[in-house]
Amino acid sequence: MVEPLLEIKDLRVEFDTRDGVATVIDGLDISLYPGEILGIVGESGCGKSMTALSVMRLVPVPPGRIAKGTIRLQGEDLLQASEKRMREVRGNAISMIFQEPMTSLNPVFSVGDQIAETILLHEGVGKRVAWQRAVEMLDAVGIPAPEIRAREYPHQMSGGMRQRVMIAMALACQPRVLIADEPTTALDVTVQAQIFDLLKDLQEKTGAVIMLITHDMGAIAEMAQRVVVMYAGRKVEDGPVDEILTNPKHPYTAGLIGCVPHLSVNPTEERLPLTDIPGVVPPLTRLGKGCPFAPRCVKALDKCGWEMPPQSVVGEDHRASCWLIENDEI
Amino acid sequence: MSAADNSQSQDAPPTFEAAYEIPDIEHPLREAARMFARNKAAVGGLILLVGILILTLLVPFFYTVDPFDLVWAPLSPPGTENALFGTDYLGRDILAGIVHGGSATLAVGASAALLAVVIGLSVGSLAGYYGGWVDEVLMRITEFFQVLPTLLFAMVIVALFKPSVATVAFAIGVVSWTAVARLARSEFLRIRSLDYIKAARSISSSNRRIIWFVILPNAMPPLVVQATLAVGGAILFEAGLSFLGLADPNVMSWGFMIGSSRDYLMDAWWTVTIPGIFIFLTVLAVSLIGDGLNDATNPKLRER
Repeated sequence: MVEPLLEIKDLRVEFDTRDGVATVIDGLDISLYPGEILGIVGESGCGKSMTALSVMRLVPVPPGRIAKGTIRLQGEDLLQASEKRMREVRGNAISMIFQEPMTSLNPVFSVGDQIAETILLHEGVGKRVAWQRAVEMLDAVGIPAPEIRAREYPHQMSGGMRQRVMIAMALACQPRVLIADEPTTALDVTVQAQIFDLLKDLQEKTGAVIMLITHDMGAIAEMAQRVVVMYAGRKVEDGPVDEILTNPKHPYTAGLIGCVPHLSVNPTEERLPLTDIPGVVPPLTRLGKGCPFAPRCVKALDKCGWEMPPQSVVGEDHRASCWLIENDEI
Repeated sequence: MSAADNSQSQDAPPTFEAAYEIPDIEHPLREAARMFARNKAAVGGLILLVGILILTLLVPFFYTVDPFDLVWAPLSPPGTENALFGTDYLGRDILAGIVHGGSATLAVGASAALLAVVIGLSVGSLAGYYGGWVDEVLMRITEFFQVLPTLLFAMVIVALFKPSVATVAFAIGVVSWTAVARLARSEFLRIRSLDYIKAARSISSSNRRIIWFVILPNAMPPLVVQATLAVGGAILFEAGLSFLGLADPNVMSWGFMIGSSRDYLMDAWWTVTIPGIFIFLTVLAVSLIGDGLNDATNPKLRER
């Protein structure tokens, strides 16, 4: 078995709110193996972005806190690391792409300066070298006339180009882990496809591991090899993408797939009607003892309401947490 | 649709972008300067201020009459021989007072405003950036200074120490930083929650770096405007203190001229009115510039 590059174990993140303590992530285990793209999928508020911020150790404290767990990067526990050490890690070993390219760049500095900044912060090179590297990075992410474009300001670029700049910034120091937090949500569909192609391409070249956070099963199908499905801060199912898409074990995963128009490879296949998942994610301050998905689950059993289902292995590298599996009803 | 067509349409966007005309790159500062130049009132203010600076900084070398010397009969009206603007109750040349006294007035105005900006910016940026108890403590201190009667407090400071240009500037700065602090705090509060601050953290910029090199440049436009307006306010404040007799009696300034001649306002209007006009023009010039900077740096007002 290959050693995981990044291993999140039993992570628990809590937030103090007016209504009490909200457990936004609970008992989360995720491993990223070298060379892969791992998708994390789930609805808004299911803890996807919090997982990313926990890995970067950028959870706002207070009101948030990482209550429990370990996050190991090649064996080193980042949650125990000093702030100084984390500063070395951020943007260098682990870097991040944000959801909103329109607001994630500083409007008063040129994009070249901002990419060079990352290089200056982490590598003992001079300004001239850093600038040269920034221009090379812009070229690598497919921006035409990079020498000229590097001197431009964010407001002079389109959303797609800004996201390319963000990717250039994130990859400037050749990170081992790249966290992409909904990198294409704010972009046009055609630009989405370009950005995905770019990410795949760069991933092959640099060998970085990508943690792709999205709510779009289509994006997962296109990009990832493995997927983790999250619900209300918990992992409900994980496994190889192909297997999960064709044979989802958890009713929530099935629901997520059911509400995306024909993901089937073969267009002549009989199409299933689109379905939705009724209801919304419950308030995280008032989760009961049982499965958090039970109130919205069409197949819920009595037991689901008062006891958390254990994780069961349902296939090769495929796990799900649902009482139906335990009861052999799927 | 053949396969070739398909692959071409996938490659098309980059080539389209390459063919796309790259717009001229205009530095935001240059853009602001261009907008400022288009504003007639602001340019007028700038010309006026330059004129006043020439008058107070260069003309003294050519008009060397000592403003404390007796040059003619007391309370001579303007147009008198040897005293173009007339003389005051001690027979001192008012033109000499205007020429030589301006630098003290401007120095007090500028240094008091600088002090106000330095204190206000430090307090406001720390409070806005760190929030929590830092914000609580600093804002309570700011409110304490805000509710003090400013003129009285400044008078106490000046009266405690020897009235000099430095004390007056210090007193004015100490009572007028609260507006800058509140503005800086609100800007820092707004900007610190924006995505590019999160992005800056994710490439591991330090707090100090984020405050000075990420948030401050973005918070600059309203603060520059506030600083300009603070200069005008400080000049008026200095005039007020001098009028009440709290000025260095050994340094000629416009406020001092008004203050020392206030008893003769009814009999010799020129002794008070002429320095008053110069104070008015200076404050007007600074305010027009401040307004122009506001319009030039505020994107919402640009299209007007």
